[in-house]
Amino acid sequence: MGSELIIQYIFSGITVGSIYAVVAIGFNIIYNATGIINFAQGEFVMLGGMTAYSLSLVMPLLPAVVIAVVITAGVGSLVEIVFIRSLKRPSVIGMIIVTIGLSIIIREIALHIWDEQIRALPFFTGTEISSITVLGAHISPQVLWVLGITGLIVAGLSFFFSYTLTGQAMRACANNRTAAGLCGIKTRSMVNLAFILSAGIGALAGCVTSPLTQTSYSMGSDLAIKGFTVAILGGLGNSTGAVAAGLLLGLLEAFSISLIPMAYQDVISIAILLIILLSKPSGLFGSRQAAALMEY
Amino acid sequence: MQGKRYLPVGILFCVIVVIQLLTTLFHVEYFLTQLTMSAYYTLTALGLCMLMGYTGQISLGQAGFFALGGYVSASLTTLDFSPLRDKGIVLFFERISFLQTADNIYGDEILFLNPWIAFAAAVLLTAGIAFVIGIPVLKLKGHYLAMATLGFSIIIYRIVLGTRFLGEADGISSVPSFRLLPGLHVNGDFSARAGNFYIAWVIVIIGLVLLLNLINSRAGRALRYIHGNEKAAGAMGVNTARYKLTVFIISALFASIGGFFLTHYNGGIGPSEAGVMKSVRYVAIVAVGGMANLWGTLIMGTLLNFLSLRGVFGSFDDAVFGGILIIIMIFAPEGIIRPALFRFLMDKVRKRRRAGASS
Repeated sequence: MGSELIIQYIFSGITVGSIYAVVAIGFNIIYNATGIINFAQGEFVMLGGMTAYSLSLVMPLLPAVVIAVVITAGVGSLVEIVFIRSLKRPSVIGMIIVTIGLSIIIREIALHIWDEQIRALPFFTGTEISSITVLGAHISPQVLWVLGITGLIVAGLSFFFSYTLTGQAMRACANNRTAAGLCGIKTRSMVNLAFILSAGIGALAGCVTSPLTQTSYSMGSDLAIKGFTVAILGGLGNSTGAVAAGLLLGLLEAFSISLIPMAYQDVISIAILLIILLSKPSGLFGSRQAAALMEY
Repeated sequence: MQGKRYLPVGILFCVIVVIQLLTTLFHVEYFLTQLTMSAYYTLTALGLCMLMGYTGQISLGQAGFFALGGYVSASLTTLDFSPLRDKGIVLFFERISFLQTADNIYGDEILFLNPWIAFAAAVLLTAGIAFVIGIPVLKLKGHYLAMATLGFSIIIYRIVLGTRFLGEADGISSVPSFRLLPGLHVNGDFSARAGNFYIAWVIVIIGLVLLLNLINSRAGRALRYIHGNEKAAGAMGVNTARYKLTVFIISALFASIGGFFLTHYNGGIGPSEAGVMKSVRYVAIVAVGGMANLWGTLIMGTLLNFLSLRGVFGSFDDAVFGGILIIIMIFAPEGIIRPALFRFLMDKVRKRRRAGASS
C-alpha cells in the first residue's frame, strides 16, 4: 500500500466518519433531553438531502441548503409535538416502537414524494472531477466542505451547551428534569428544542455529504445504526466521544475495504456495535464506575 | 380450568374448518394460499409475543431467526448429491433415506437431503445460535437490547445478501417439497392447497397450545413477574437470566420453524425475509394484538398478513405497519383486542337498547 493510497483511505474514512459523528451527536442531543433513542435520526439526514435537492432545482445552492435545514428542523419539532408529547406513560419499549414507526412513516412519505431514484446535490465548489492534492493524494474539495461543516457543528454545539443560557438550561434538563423545572426552566420547550437541533444538524450533514455519498429515500436506517454504533462507542450522551468514535469507525471501514468484500462491509460496524454493547456498554471513553450505576 | 383453556382452541379449529369450507363453497380457494402463508408468519409472531409481551424483552431480530430456519433448509435441500453417487457413504445415506430422489425441471434425477434432516439442522442451529447470542444480549435492556437484536438480524441479512452459496439477492428457489407424513406434503401445488392450509394451522394450534400451557404454568408466572419487575423477581428467587434465555430460544424456534415451513411451501426464500422491515412487522403485530395477548397476536397476525399478502395496502404496505406502531402506542398501548374493547362495545349496545326502550 503506497503512502498516497493510505492518505486517500484516511480522507475517505474521516469523511464518512464525520457524518457518523454528526448522526451520533443527533442521537445524543435527544437522548440527553428525553432519554429516548430516536430511531428516526437517519431519516432527518435523508430528508435534509432530499429537500435541498428539490429546492436546488429552483434556487441557488446556499438558500436551498438553508431552507432545507429549516424545513427539516420544523419536521423534527412537529414530530416531538405530535408524537412524542402525546405518549401516555411512556415505557422504554413504547418509545422505541414509536420512533421506529416514525422512521418508517417518514421514509415511506419520502418514497411517495421523491420516488426510489438516488439523487445528489451539485458539488459546493467545482465539479465531481475537480480535486485538490494533499500530500500526494487527490481528494475532492467537497471533502473539505464536509470536514469544515462537521467541525463547525461540533464547535458550535459545544459553545452553545457551555456558554449560552439556553444551552445550559438544556443541560440542566438532561441532568434532572424535575429540578430544572423547579428552577423555572421550561422543560417542554427544551425537549422540543432538542428535536429541532438534532433534526437541523442531521439535515445539514445530509446536505454536505449528498454530492459525495448520494441521497436515497432508504438511506436513513443504515445511517441510524452506524450513528448509534458511534454514539455507544463514544459513550451515550458524550458528544466529544462521539466525534472520536465516529472518526475511528470511519477509518476502520475505509481500511477494511482492502481486506473484506464490499458486501460484508456493514457486518463490521454491527459486529463492533455488538461487541461494545456486550463488553463495555459505557463506551470506549466512559468510566466503569459511572456505568455501574446506569441501567443498560 | 383445563376445559376453559382449550375451549377457544376448539373454536379456533372449527373456524379454520369453516373457512376452508366457505372458500370451497364460494370458489375462492386461492385465499387459502395467503391464509397458509399468514399462518407461518403468525407462528413467528406468536413466538415474539411470548418474548415481548409476557417477558417484556423487545426483539428486533425475529426476522433473522425466521430467515435462519428458511435458509438452512433451502440451502441444504437444494444441494445435488447425484454426482457423488458412486461413493459408498452416499449410497448408504440414500438407503436409510437421509437422501431422497426427485426429478428436476429438466427431467434429470437429482439426489437431495431429506428435508427432515434439514429440519433437524435448522432447529438445532437456531437453538444453538439463540443460546449463544442470548446469554450476553439478554443482559441488556431497553434501547440496547433493541439495537443488539436489530444488529443480529442485519448481520443475517447482510450475510444472506452477500453469500453466493445462499443465492445473494436472488435467494434460493426450487426448494423440494417436504413430506410430513405419507400423503401429506408441504409444497405449493394447487392440488395440495387445502391440505397445506390444514397443516399450517394445525402447526399454529400446536404452537399456541404449547405457549398457553407455558403461560399458565409456574414458569409463566415467573415470566410475568420478570416483566413486572425483574429485580424483585430475582430477589424472590426467580432465576431471571435462565427464564429469559429459555423464552428467547423458544421464540427463536417458533420463528425458525415458521421460516422452514414457509420456505418449503413457497418453494424458495429471498433475502427480504431477513429484512429489518420484516422484524418491525412482527413487533407491530404483537403490539397491535395487545402485547401480552396470544389470541390478539393470532387474530391480528392472521388478519394483517392476509391483507398485506392480498396486496390490499398496495404501495403503502410498510407505511401501514409503521402507522400501526405509532397509533397503537399513542392511543392504545394495551392493544386493540382486549376485554375492554368488548366491554366498550357491550356498553354501546346496552345504551342503545336503553335509549330505544325509553323513547
